Amino acid sequence: MLTDIMLGQYFPGNSFVHKLDPRSKIVLTLTFITSIFLANNYISYLTVGLYICLIVLVSGIPVKIVLRSIKPLWIILLLTAAIHLFMTPGTTLVAWGPLSITGEGVKQAVQMSARLIYLILISSLLTFTTSPIALTDAIERLLSPLKRLKLPVHELAMMMTIALRFVPTLLEETDRIMKAQMARGADFSSGNIIKRAQNLVPILVPLFISAFRRADELATAMEARCYRGGDNRTRMKELSLGLNDAVATLTIIMLVLVLTWLRWGWSA
Amino acid sequence: MSIELQNISYTYMPGTPYCRDALLDVSLKIERGEFIGIIGHTGSGKSTLVQHLNGLLRPTAGTVSLDGANMHERKQALKSVRQKVGMVFQYPEHQLFEETVFDDVAFGPRNLGLSDEDVQQRVESALECVGLSVADVAKRSPFRLSGGQMRRVAIAGVIALRPEYLVLDEPSAGLDPCGRDEIYAQILQLYRTSGMAVVLVTHNMEDVARMAKRLLVMDHCRIRFDGPPVDLFHDETIQLRDFGVSLPHVTSLLKTLRAHSLDIDDTLQDEEVVVEAIRSALKRKRDSSC
Ligand SMILES: Nc1ncnc2c1ncn2[C@@H]1O[C@H](COP(=O)(O)OP(=O)(O)OP(=O)(O)O)[C@@H](O)[C@H]1O
Ligand SMILES: [Mg+2]
Repeated sequence: MLTDIMLGQYFPGNSFVHKLDPRSKIVLTLTFITSIFLANNYISYLTVGLYICLIVLVSGIPVKIVLRSIKPLWIILLLTAAIHLFMTPGTTLVAWGPLSITGEGVKQAVQMSARLIYLILISSLLTFTTSPIALTDAIERLLSPLKRLKLPVHELAMMMTIALRFVPTLLEETDRIMKAQMARGADFSSGNIIKRAQNLVPILVPLFISAFRRADELATAMEARCYRGGDNRTRMKELSLGLNDAVATLTIIMLVLVLTWLRWGWSA
Repeated sequence: MSIELQNISYTYMPGTPYCRDALLDVSLKIERGEFIGIIGHTGSGKSTLVQHLNGLLRPTAGTVSLDGANMHERKQALKSVRQKVGMVFQYPEHQLFEETVFDDVAFGPRNLGLSDEDVQQRVESALECVGLSVADVAKRSPFRLSGGQMRRVAIAGVIALRPEYLVLDEPSAGLDPCGRDEIYAQILQLYRTSGMAVVLVTHNMEDVARMAKRLLVMDHCRIRFDGPPVDLFHDETIQLRDFGVSLPHVTSLLKTLRAHSLDIDDTLQDEEVVVEAIRSALKRKRDSSC
C-alpha cells in the first residue's frame, strides 16, 4: 500500500538522538556527509559504518526499518556498483568478452556503494528522529541571517512545513481514490506505457481537485486564525542547545579527526 | 452463493510504530439477497471490514472467499470479485473525474469490456435507479452538480457494474435529512427490485433499524452483535452505550412508555403503526381505569 512508504517518516521517540536540537542535528548531518568524502580506504569506510551503527543503536529505531529506507533506491545502488565494477580501468581480474572486472573496479564499486548507503542512512536517520515541524523550524533558524538580504525565510519555511504536513494526507487520499477506481474495475498494473499513463487520469483528476480544495480550506483556516507571516511571532517550542548537543558535536569532531588521520596518516 | 470471511484480522502498517489493529479475528458470512446493516462508533473498523468484501484489502490473517473460492489465490479472480461486489466509498463524489456524467458512470462498464450499446443501456438504467433523469444530467459535467446529485452519480457508477452485492460505506454522510431519506429510499427500492445483497455501513441507528434485516455491531475491531435489530434492542444483557451507539428514537420512546406502565409492544418500528399502537394503548388504559 502507498501509505507504507517509509522515506521521510518520523518515528516518535525519546532517545539521545531524538532529543538533540534539530539545528545541531542538521549541521552535524551535513558535517557527517562531508566527512564521508574524507574516507578513501576500507578501514575508514568501516569507521564511518560503525559510527552510523552507533547512531542507530542510540536512537532506538528498529534496524529493520532503518534498512528498509534503502529499498526504494536499490536500483540506483546496483547501477552505480555495476558501472564502477565494469568501467574502472586497472589490472584485470576476470574478463568475459568485452566486460572485465578490475581490482580497482571492485574497490571503487564497494566504496561508492558504501558511500551512497551511508548518505541514504544518515538522511533517513535525520528524518526518522526529527519531526517535520522541528526540521523546518530549525531550517528557518539556520537561514535567518538571510532575512537581511530580504529573503522571505519564514514564508519559505512555512511552505515547507505545509508541504511536509500534507505528504501523508495526499498519499492516503491517493490510496483511497485508487481503491475506489479499482472497485469500478480500473486496472493500474497491466498494459503498455501509454495505457498505464491513461489509467492515471482517474486518479490524478480527483487528486488535484481534492488538493485544491484542501489548499483553499487551509488558507481560509489560517486567515480565520489571523495568521500573517513571521514578524513578532512567538513559538510554542523554543529551540535551545544543551549538553547533548555538545556531546554529539564532540563525537563528530572525533570522527573527522580519525578519518583525516586514516587518510593522510597512511600515505605519509 | 455467499461472501465468507473466516477469522480475518487486519493490521495497518505492521512493523512500524504506527502499526494499528483494525480487525481481530472476525468471521462473517453474507448470503445473496440479504440486507445487512453495520453500525459502530468512529474507528471501530467498519470501513476496514467492508474493504475486505471485494478484496481491496488483503487480511493479515484468515481467508476471504466468494462463492467458495478464495479471493486472493489468483490475481485474475480479483477482477471478477470486484464486478460481483460493488463498493461505494465514503464521500464517493470525490472520485468523479470524467467530463460528463455519462462517461463517469460508464467508466465501470467500459472496464468490463462491454459493447457500446450495453454500456449505454447500463448507464441509463443506473442513472434511473438513483433517481436522476438521463436527459437532464447525462451530458453535464459531474462537477457542476449539487452535492446530493454528485453522490448519486457516484453511486450510479457502481450500480452500473450490476453487482450481486452492493456495499455502501456511509452513503448519507454530509447530506441534508431530505437528501438522506431520498438516497435510502432509492437503495431500498433497488434492493427490492434487483435482488442484490446490500451491506450498509452507517453511524445512524435510525437508518439501519428501519431497513436492515440483520445488524452487525462493531466495537474495538470485533463484531459484538450479529442478528435481527429487534433482538439487539431487546436484549437486556447488551449495553448499547458501551458500543457507542444508541437506540432508535422510536424504540427508546416505546421503552419509556412501557416503563411508565403503558401496555405496548416495544418492537414496533414503523411510525404509523407506532402512533396507532400508542393511541389504542392509551384508550385501553383509560377504559380500564374508569
Ligand atoms: N490507512 C490507514 N492507516 C492506518 N490506520 C488506519 C487507516 N485507516 C484506518 N486506520 C485505523 O484503523 C481503525 C479502524 O478504522 P476504520 O476506518 O475501519 O473505522 P470506521 O469504523 O470506518 O470509522 P468511521 O466511522 O470514522 O468511518 C482506526 O483505529 C483507524 O485509526
Ligand atoms: Mg469508515
